[in-house]
Amino acid sequence: MATTPTTSTGTRVDVRKTYKLFIGGAFPRSESGRTYEVTAADGRFLANAALGSRKDARDAVVAARAAQKGWAGATAYNRGQVLYRVAELLEGRRAQFVEEVSAGEGISRGDADDVVSAAVDRWVWYAGWADKVAQVAGSANPVAGPYFNLSVPEPTGVVAVLAPQRSSLLGLVSVLAPVLVTGNTAVLVSSERRPLPAITLSEVLATSDVPKGVVNVLTGRTAEIAPHLAGHLDVNAIDLAGAALADGVTWGALEAEAAGSIKRVRRPALDDAEPDWTAVPDGPRRILAFTETKTVWHPKGV
Amino acid sequence: MSPFEYAPAPESRSVVDIASSYGLFIDGEFVDPADGTMFKTVNPATEEVLADVAEAGETDIDRAVRAARRAQETVWGPMPGSERAKYLFRIARLLAERSREFAVLETLDNGKPIRESRDVDVPTAAAHFFYYAGWADKLDHAGFGVAPRPHGVAAQVIPWNFPLLMLAWKIAPALATGNTVVLKPAETTPLSALLFADLLRQAELPPGVVNIVTGARETGAMLVAHPGIDKIAFTGSTAVGKRIAREIAGTRKTVTLELGGKAANILFDDAPIDQAVEGIVNGIYFNQGQVCCAGSRLLVQESVADEVVDRLKERLATLRVGDPMDKNTDVGAINSAAQLERITRLAEAGTAEGATRWSPACDLPEQGYWFPPTVFTDVSAAHTIAREEIFGPVLSVLTFRTPDEAVAKANNTPYGLSAGVWTEKGSRILWMADRLKAGVVWANTFNRFDPTSPFGGYKESGHGREGGRHGLAPYLVDGSTD
Repeated sequence: MATTPTTSTGTRVDVRKTYKLFIGGAFPRSESGRTYEVTAADGRFLANAALGSRKDARDAVVAARAAQKGWAGATAYNRGQVLYRVAELLEGRRAQFVEEVSAGEGISRGDADDVVSAAVDRWVWYAGWADKVAQVAGSANPVAGPYFNLSVPEPTGVVAVLAPQRSSLLGLVSVLAPVLVTGNTAVLVSSERRPLPAITLSEVLATSDVPKGVVNVLTGRTAEIAPHLAGHLDVNAIDLAGAALADGVTWGALEAEAAGSIKRVRRPALDDAEPDWTAVPDGPRRILAFTETKTVWHPKGV
Repeated sequence: MSPFEYAPAPESRSVVDIASSYGLFIDGEFVDPADGTMFKTVNPATEEVLADVAEAGETDIDRAVRAARRAQETVWGPMPGSERAKYLFRIARLLAERSREFAVLETLDNGKPIRESRDVDVPTAAAHFFYYAGWADKLDHAGFGVAPRPHGVAAQVIPWNFPLLMLAWKIAPALATGNTVVLKPAETTPLSALLFADLLRQAELPPGVVNIVTGARETGAMLVAHPGIDKIAFTGSTAVGKRIAREIAGTRKTVTLELGGKAANILFDDAPIDQAVEGIVNGIYFNQGQVCCAGSRLLVQESVADEVVDRLKERLATLRVGDPMDKNTDVGAINSAAQLERITRLAEAGTAEGATRWSPACDLPEQGYWFPPTVFTDVSAAHTIAREEIFGPVLSVLTFRTPDEAVAKANNTPYGLSAGVWTEKGSRILWMADRLKAGVVWANTFNRFDPTSPFGGYKESGHGREGGRHGLAPYLVDGSTD
């Protein structure tokens, strides 16, 4: 994170972080070797972020697919604990997030502090759903016959997530956490112009107990990466939240691309604005958007 | 030397500091009882006195209830669910962090094997807090209407068989829903609840949200009768449960009761016998059989009865009975002299009424309260040991021929807490489950507990459920109690 370096007498020049991609638990640069300049709301230089490519996206899908079975196979209690641990570590990195959100979104540190608090609380809210969503969304169905009939939600698989363009941390958490709760793995494309909180979040994920590959984070041009993910045959679902307000992107075109493999698509809430991410969700709908319902029949009789 | 001899592997007790005396935990601090009465708690495995504990009287109870009321109205009730959740998550994490300390203390005060307190009681208690923490900010989505409301102050009276776990079952859902609590642990096992009070200090839970008053039956009766109580949660004997239900009749207090049981563990001739024998052992000898949902009646299909009983006896001969602090111990001490006396009396009735008694050869320690794992065969449905809850390591074996007969015998009890079914045939499991009048039916397993899974009984085993989404309901105001 950049602060103004002073080279005059006695003041230290700070050591800046290299922001890279997060794929399969590692932090590679883009295989394309490209970067792009990320600036603060006031125009000052913040960092060079990796300009993710099609190949990076494909690598991320491979990593997400490899991690999916294990993550879904963990008990709901275990996933809840692992996700809660992420919230603990998010809280510990508060200062860094405040600085990045404040610079990137052009808001005061006080306001950024509120955003970080809301993001941590949102993550806790979703962590708690891990072992409850089946109780709210599942059902024992009283079929008219001697059968036990039970419906339960299961994760859909690998989910591509286009993170919101404006709300670079709270919006990001609000779309990423619900995907993970049930056992999906994610390939996330960060906000194009405000990617730094997404990369710092991946550093949190890398040092928490989230298995490698469960979350993969790409930075770069949404217009370049998103069509590859929407059309990728090994991606089961896509959240188009970040397609709204992305340069050169129409979400309808991505939805049409996704139709080729009957992907589950979550459309952006609004065409030319972002929803109010500060509001606590009014239910687990974002979680359920990325689940399949499985119904089991079993006869009853001596 | 038999192949089942082991070198001693004692758990160290140095991990826990036991004070010589404990006051009452009221309004966030330990205070002396108003009239200075104390009682002793002992290690049932050695009869060593562990500590002096305060006995709460009328004045103390009143103080605790008023503290809980104040905390509920000024702090805990108005607090957003998302903030309550974070306190409960803290408690869950702290319990996990201090798990060894709690496990050792629980075993010292209760007599249960360290293997059980370490692997079952404490982790399950932490998991229970973790689970209900997540509900605190999701009550709108739990299916009890929009913005459901807490009752206010809950009086919670818990038994001695799973002291910390029962505390967790009571406190976690109460706090998640915005109630505050006055909890009375059992007279013979108060120490883990008092250590829990220290954990609440670390969690910085606001004063008065949880109050712990120790004492015996009179203390419990005073607490339940206090006019400042809105909701009662009781786990214990059916006799006391009936008394509470009678006492609150006509008041606006609501109650949930988790009472006794006389569970049938039903074994069909196609069951995998080795697996079933493990399940039978777990069902009745877990925690010395001092479990309300224990599988105390084995109903075995006649054609395999002899084989099952033979293999059961072989297995029982390998159980290690003795020092609860030894990591290899399977069966520990009976919790108290009074309980040992009750088990002994009922077992004698079994013999006197004509059943055949058997126990493996085992050397019981000279100090402490001990009862060997015991099996009765030739038991009829009319025998005392087939009807009364023994709450000890005593199994009564009965036989049946048809599924209908198994159902009739299993349901032939005023209790209805749990049941077990052992068969390879899935459709039969579900057919049986439909007909068994029991709140929990275990199929090809027994004594499984999980925070997400509702627990509680039919008939005189009580009413209301603890655990799962259902466990929230008793702590939220229902239309009829507005």
